[in-house]
Amino acid sequence: MKYETIIGLEIHAQLLTESKMFCSCSNKFGDKPNTNICPVCTGQPGVLPVTNRKAIELAIKTALALNCTIEPSSVFARKHYFYPDLPKNFQISQYELPLATKGYIEIEVDGKKRKIGITRVHLEEDAGKLVHVGAERIMGAEESLVDYNRTGTPLMEIVSEPDLRSPKEAAVYTQRLAELLRSLMVCDAKMEEGSLRCDANISIRPIGEAKFGTKTEVKNINSFKAIEKALISEEKRHLEVTEEGEKIIQETRFFDEQTETTTGMRSKEYAHDYRYFPEPDLVPIEPSTEWIEEIRQTIGELPQQKKERFITELKLSPETAQIMVADKQTGDFFEAVVKLHGQPVAAANWIVGDITAFLNEQKMSFNELALSPAQLAEILKMIDTGTLSNKLAKDVLFQVLKTGKQVKEVIEGAGLTQISDESELTKVIEEIIKNNPKQVEQFKSGKTAVLAFFVGQVMKATKGRANPQVLNALLKKALH
Amino acid sequence: MNNKTAHELHTLLTERKLSATELTEAAFARIEKVEDKVKAFVTLTKDEALKQARAADEQFKSGKNITPLTGIPIAVKDNMCTRGTLTTCSSKILANYLPPYDATVVTKLKAAGAVIIGKTNLDEFAMGSSTENSAFHPTRNPWDVKTVPGGSSGGSAAAVAASETILATGSDTGGSIRQPASFCGVVGLKPTYGRVSRYGLVAFASSLDQIGPLTKDVTDAAIMMNLLAGHDPKDSTSVDLPVPDYRQALVGDVKNVRIGVIKELMGAGIEPEVKDAIKAAVNKLAELGAKITEVSLPSFEYAVATYYLIAPAEASSNLARYDGVKFGLRTKGDKDLITMYSNTRQEGFGPEVKRRIMLGTYALSAGYYDAYYLKALKVRTVIKRDFEKAFKDCDVLLSPTAPTVAFKLGAKTADPLAMYLSDIATIPVNLAGLPALSLPCGFAGNLPIGLQVIGQAFKEDALFRVSFAYEQNTEWHKKTAAL
Repeated sequence: MKYETIIGLEIHAQLLTESKMFCSCSNKFGDKPNTNICPVCTGQPGVLPVTNRKAIELAIKTALALNCTIEPSSVFARKHYFYPDLPKNFQISQYELPLATKGYIEIEVDGKKRKIGITRVHLEEDAGKLVHVGAERIMGAEESLVDYNRTGTPLMEIVSEPDLRSPKEAAVYTQRLAELLRSLMVCDAKMEEGSLRCDANISIRPIGEAKFGTKTEVKNINSFKAIEKALISEEKRHLEVTEEGEKIIQETRFFDEQTETTTGMRSKEYAHDYRYFPEPDLVPIEPSTEWIEEIRQTIGELPQQKKERFITELKLSPETAQIMVADKQTGDFFEAVVKLHGQPVAAANWIVGDITAFLNEQKMSFNELALSPAQLAEILKMIDTGTLSNKLAKDVLFQVLKTGKQVKEVIEGAGLTQISDESELTKVIEEIIKNNPKQVEQFKSGKTAVLAFFVGQVMKATKGRANPQVLNALLKKALH
Repeated sequence: MNNKTAHELHTLLTERKLSATELTEAAFARIEKVEDKVKAFVTLTKDEALKQARAADEQFKSGKNITPLTGIPIAVKDNMCTRGTLTTCSSKILANYLPPYDATVVTKLKAAGAVIIGKTNLDEFAMGSSTENSAFHPTRNPWDVKTVPGGSSGGSAAAVAASETILATGSDTGGSIRQPASFCGVVGLKPTYGRVSRYGLVAFASSLDQIGPLTKDVTDAAIMMNLLAGHDPKDSTSVDLPVPDYRQALVGDVKNVRIGVIKELMGAGIEPEVKDAIKAAVNKLAELGAKITEVSLPSFEYAVATYYLIAPAEASSNLARYDGVKFGLRTKGDKDLITMYSNTRQEGFGPEVKRRIMLGTYALSAGYYDAYYLKALKVRTVIKRDFEKAFKDCDVLLSPTAPTVAFKLGAKTADPLAMYLSDIATIPVNLAGLPALSLPCGFAGNLPIGLQVIGQAFKEDALFRVSFAYEQNTEWHKKTAAL
């Protein structure tokens, strides 16, 4: 029997707000434990939540970009479970009436475009962070410490319809969503850092069957690469279990990145009754049409629209264009350089090549870049005019990236300008011809490949500063 | 001077015939004398109070920043957070809890120069109608120390009635200000839901809780409301409406005011002496020119059942945070998390609190939610509509505040249902979010009877108008408990 795979994803995105979801504490990542806390986010008796308007704005912005309907009235609800990282022992989330519903996002896999439905977009607060001593989990730990800095930070949950049909589609969907969130400046979408999290629901059914099979939920997927791996492994398990005539049990399973397999939790541990009910301390979110329209105006060009434009108007390859739209900073940088220099392909090549390599090596992101678009444009212009060779330009670029100095300063400081002066180069060439009579003989006897040897020698002597075109002409003249 | 009202004392203070320090010392002298019998307080804050009193005296000296509450002693119910001063909710689980912040009402009182003399006893987490559910000690009714003061704001009501304080704050979820006001012969107002900030009030049932004043007369209640009412950005459910000067409503006239007497609260289950006192009060108001009609609110019979689903459901959620992790009680020697949770809560909560947590947890559980919680919300809407209908022809509604006068200590502790029924007249008002005021209107033997005046949302001024006119033409509020 042939089976098809059904996948739906729940994506949690940390919102880039200044303050937390329901209090004015800072929403900064990486501060000293328990420094960004207050009576509200530590659940002191008597406190009340107040909804962060910016968080609503960012969620509406996302929902609009995902073609959702913004609900005229949505309601927060309390989700109850006891855990020490949850100070109130309930999480304020949304349940029956979410902020936005019924949207979609377009993805392209193996040349095929598909619309993936978005069931809902809603807002909630994050829990704190536990550190256990003596064991991996709280059970068995000698002691457990809790950091409430993350408690109450704003999260947006985006739930897809069960429209994804392969692990690869799931991975691409998440990538598209991540790049959308980044371009909207809603979330930095770094899975490794946990600012974007993904839970996957997966099931299989015989092709042609309308009813869904029993699903499992895969958790602990901590990187973009892990999405596909985790789902391939779980898909395989579903097929094997089914073909052996066994039944899939509905449960939550944890993905282990080392073994690339999933393991089940005892279902009893996850038999939660969250006892949702409407949060009585908050009033419904009822965004006015004017506000929604105001937010819509801030969306601008979406990444996939931008990619199309880069391909058709700026003649980038699809692969390069994709990299240019991965986040807003890269695209903005690229377009700024193009505006100043006018040659998109050249600018893109430098960004995709050396700049990306540098960032990867330094583990930095684009917005930490010391280089400005004007500086890259300046370097590119110097290549055009022959002031810098490609190799020199690279050196200059790295100096600017590392030191943050001005281009001119770097060039003057290291004496890096290209030598195009014929008399200066002729002097060097004569010296080299004098010192290498053997190679001169070889050239004269017809071994023209030896020319490269002379070019190399001159470059070495001038520390790469010789203008290649001038050098070539001069060398040929001198050797004949 | 402890028998005087805040507005009377304000005159003496501004005329410098009395200092705030003398007044505060007098309050503590009175406490010294009668507190053993009444047991109204959980915590007394004498040093801090005298400091506040001296600051008030400085203000009177300079003539600057004087408010009607400057230098007036006030007791705060112990479920309102006071920074650095124990806030226990009369519960073992919070017996050691020092809040890191002030409730908005406390901030307002301090800013107005009021002198906070201590924190008053209550039924644990405000769950009860007799203050016998306090984990520390029951409070007694100053009119007869063998009877209860009502609850849950029994400590505040008793402290005012015993003249241990001039003013007090209470909170009212199903009658917790009005019923003790009735039992103790003082004035108590539950404002419209959203009129007073709940920030810093330890939540019992968030959609029902409101803070309000307990005072010796209607004028003092209006003065306190002038301060307490208003929007608070820290409480999303507080309403951003202008606050009128409630003293403007104290005109002493009820001509052509349309008053409806609630039929369902004048029948079976109401003690005859209570009924008679209410009838007499209605006659008095008619005499003063009010237009009296009888109104029927048929959904009232479902109010108590509805309340005992909604309030416990919210309570079960609000009280989940008391788990031994962050503050309050944590039992010692527990080997794992679940044991710590269950032992802490087992030891920390009293029986009534546990009963309501279990009721509420059950009502919210999967499979029961629709039948209980959701159904209760629907009935709540029906009750609201009944009130709206009644208010088409009436400006205010009248009823007894409680079906009985104060009962003996221990009389109802074994029968929770009988206890719940003592809030039969007050609960519908909370469900509808309306304002209501209880004021003294007679006695059964030595025990006070309370008249409840119910108004439309955000029309507290109508309550003050009717209550003040009645008070001006009767002598009940002048009687004091002989301790």
